[in-house]
Order: sequence, then structure tokens, then C-alpha cells
Amino acid sequence: MDIYADNILDHFKNPRHLGTLSGPTISLDDANPLCGDKLALDLLIEDNRVKDITFSGSGCAISQAAMSMLTEEAYTKTLDDVEKISKEQIYQLLGVPISPARVKCALLGYTLLKKAIILLKAKKTE
Amino acid sequence: MLNPQTIKRDFPILSRIINGKSLTYLDNASTSQKPRQVIDAITYYYSNTNANIHRGVYKMAEEATLAYEGTREEVRTFVNAQSMKEIIFTRNTTESINLIARTWGEANIREGDTIMVSALEHHSNLVPWQELCAKTGATLKVIPLSNNPQTPYTLDLEWFEKNIDNSLRLLALTQASNTTGTIVPIKKFIEIAHSHSAVTVIDAAQSAPHMPIDVQNINADFIAFSGHKMLGPTGVGILYGKQELLEEMPPFLYGGDMIREVLQYKSSWNELPWKFEAGTPNIADVIALREAIRYLKKIGMEDILKHDQQLTRYAKQKLAHFQNLKIHAPNDTTQGAGIVSFEIPFIHPHDIAEIFDSEGVAIRGGHHCAQPLMEHMKTQSTARMSFYLYNSEDDIDCAMAALEKVIHTFNQKK
Repeated sequence: MDIYADNILDHFKNPRHLGTLSGPTISLDDANPLCGDKLALDLLIEDNRVKDITFSGSGCAISQAAMSMLTEEAYTKTLDDVEKISKEQIYQLLGVPISPARVKCALLGYTLLKKAIILLKAKKTE
Repeated sequence: MLNPQTIKRDFPILSRIINGKSLTYLDNASTSQKPRQVIDAITYYYSNTNANIHRGVYKMAEEATLAYEGTREEVRTFVNAQSMKEIIFTRNTTESINLIARTWGEANIREGDTIMVSALEHHSNLVPWQELCAKTGATLKVIPLSNNPQTPYTLDLEWFEKNIDNSLRLLALTQASNTTGTIVPIKKFIEIAHSHSAVTVIDAAQSAPHMPIDVQNINADFIAFSGHKMLGPTGVGILYGKQELLEEMPPFLYGGDMIREVLQYKSSWNELPWKFEAGTPNIADVIALREAIRYLKKIGMEDILKHDQQLTRYAKQKLAHFQNLKIHAPNDTTQGAGIVSFEIPFIHPHDIAEIFDSEGVAIRGGHHCAQPLMEHMKTQSTARMSFYLYNSEDDIDCAMAALEKVIHTFNQKK
């Protein structure tokens, strides 16, 4: 099966929630030095909910499309619901088989979002 | 001229089908494929002569020892070293370079000394020297790429001449870049380094497979390369060193085979080259390496270089037809060792390599273990095609068809 399926190319070429926020609750970025994928994520949280989410980045189609799909998934969700998003859901969203060599690409945005949630929750309990 | 179609028949793997297509193998800078002669040598050894070397008095032990030392002689003539004492077997180029850093380096490099490398180095000829500098307080300096737009991806020899002084103790330089293919005129650099009494280490991992090497002519103090990039099995590296330097150096690893005499509390070391080969070595693969070198010698290293450069020329002509595609290779193909790196805006090299794979074409996408060079080139990563004696223009045509597919897949604007 071709991993460059229409949905992946669509998200890669027309990324959703692309950009930055002017007053984000949290900003995080990460890179995969092995292949040079880069992602930066902005989140605006209100009442424990993702009021807005944006990302910017560069890299392979898989890393950028997965991030774009994930922003759609997280948008307007509560932090608890965002926390429940699983790796398997990312693979489902992508809808194509991800080879071991590309797992890091597929999960770069996911790992970044999870890190943001952990930091946000830690902040709240302080 | 060599005939790649005939040569191809000696390489069983090249008739493999990948994703329904005949394999087009263009990742030779990572590792080369192996001819039947090499594969058979491994099978023959384990089926007939497997025994530990330098020890047993029985027939098989003697045969194994003779075959193992026979490869050493084959390597000696391959690089035109004066003596077999100057040829040491390691695991790979990286281990050969680490051996120098940990023995000669730690015994000779002091605070205030300078070590120079070049902007073209891949990690194995950079990180050991960074570490040596951190341990000793020596300073690491980097010979930059040329600013001259006429000579992109070559080293700035003038900078080297201007910035060298008597603090230089060691010059560690690649003979051919694994990313741009650039062949460095090492003889000139070595000559200048020697005029300041510096010791020279040449990383020949990408050059030894593609061109004749004469260590006496270039007068390098150390040369490191790997068998697996030149038709041999993985797991065998070579370190050439001048005898007088090797004699003075302390051993690298301690244990069996590298000793002359072991007393309960003290030992003395074996003579060269075995002083640097502790423990049971990779006997089978060393023995099979001999077949690889014989194969290369039979074809002829000068013809191999010409062939690889002709393919590079052809590939560059074909790549020039693609709009916005940037080639990272020297302008003059005779300054290259059969490697072409390229990038296309907004299409990541991993995506390029993945689509190539769907067409049965194996190339590398990434930073090629040369991250600082990527910075010098102002990029993150490139797609790389690297050629060898079994490749033909047909292989490049297959790659170009795959590239058309890449462009077609990503053709809409981002």
C-alpha cells in the first residue's frame, strides 16, 4: 500500500491549524535530529479545554501530516480527553502502514502534545 | 572499460525483486553488495577450515592462519604499504580512527596543541577528535568549504595554508566525502601538515572502494577504511599506520593474541601488527575480504573510478532536468567519488527515499552521519545516490523514473 495516500498528502499540502498563537498558554517545540523533522506547537487553554491550537514546522510528509491531523483531533477537547488520545489513534488517522523506520516521524507531534499536557497539568497542581 | 552488466551477474542480491520491481541498488556509500566469490569464501571457511588462528598446530588452524594473514598481504599490496606490520584489522573505519585517538592521540596530544579536521568529515572522523580535545585541552579547528562559487563543496586550501601553525599536531582528513562525494587532494594537505611536523590521519572509507590508494606516494601517517564498502563482508576495518609510529604506540585493547609473554602481574606485548589485534578476530570475514580485494584488483581501481565518475556525470545531467532541484556535489565530476546528493524544496529526503523504494530503488535520505556538514551546506538532509562498479546508466534511468513519481506525488504547491 502506498503510504502517500490522499489524506496524508492533503494534510501535508494544506496543513490545518498552521501558524502561531499570540498569547498561548504553552509553547513547545521538538525536532528529530536523525531526519531533521521540526515541529513547534502552541496551545491556548481555557476552562481545561483546548480553545485553540496551532503548529508550524518542516520535515517529511508523515511528520507534518500527523501533526496536522492531531491538531484537528485535539481542537476543543478537554485536557483529559486529549490525554486519552493513543498512539493507535494516530496510526488510525494516518490510515497507512507505518514502517519501523517512520514511527518517529509519525509520533513526533503526538509526543510533543503529550508533553504539553503533562506540563500543563503539573502547572495546575503547583 | 568495465562492463557492469557482466559484473552484476556475480552479485546474487542484485537479482532480487523489491516491491515487484528489480532491485536498483544506489546506496553504495552506506555499504556495497557482495559478489558470489566473497559469499562463497565465508561458506567455504565455515564448512572446511574453521579454527582459531595463531595457536593450534593442527592442519585447519594452520590453514585458517595462512588465509587470515593472506588477506593482510592482499591489503598491503592494495594500498602499497611497505610491510604487513603496517596493516591492522579492526571492526570498521570508526574503530580504526578511535584506535589512533585512544593510543597515539592520548599519548601525544597536549593542552595547547591543535587538531584540524575538515568541514566534510562524517561523524566517525570528527567525534573521536572532539573527545580527544575535551580530554587533553587541545583545540579543534575546522578547514572550511571553499567560498568560491566556481569550486563548491571543495575544501579551502588557502584557508588551511593561512591558518596552520606549529601548534598543529594532528590533521584528520577525509579523502572523499560520503555526502558530496568530493575527493580531497590529500597529498597537498599532508605535505603542508608535515612541513609543520603534524601527524596525518586519512579517512579513506569512501575513497578506498573507488580509487587507487598508494600510501607511500601520499605519505599519510595513518589511513582508515572499511571492507564492507568495497565488496567485503561487514565487520572488518583496516588501519594502516607507518611502522615507526605503530611501534611507539601503546596497545589499544588488552588480552589474548596481542601479548608476547604474560606473567601473573605483568605482561609484554606482541610485535606488529598483532599488538593491536586483541582477542579472536573476525577470521571468516577477514578471509573473505581477500576475495573482495582480488575482485577489485581484477577489474582495476582506475577503471572503477572512471566508471563511477561517468555515472555521476550522467546522473547530474539527468537531475538538471528537474526544476528547483539542487545538486550538492562538486562541479567537476573528476573531483567526485561516485556520489550525488540532491534536494527538492518542500519534499523531505525520507519521502523521496520511501517513494524510490516503492520503485525498487534503494537510496539514502538523511544527514549521512555528517550533521555539521549539513549545516555548512545550509540544509537539514539530502537524498543521496551513490554508484559502484555493478551500476549502469539503466539504474540511473530507474532512479529518474522514481523521481518523476516523487514529483508527481507532491506536485501541488505546499
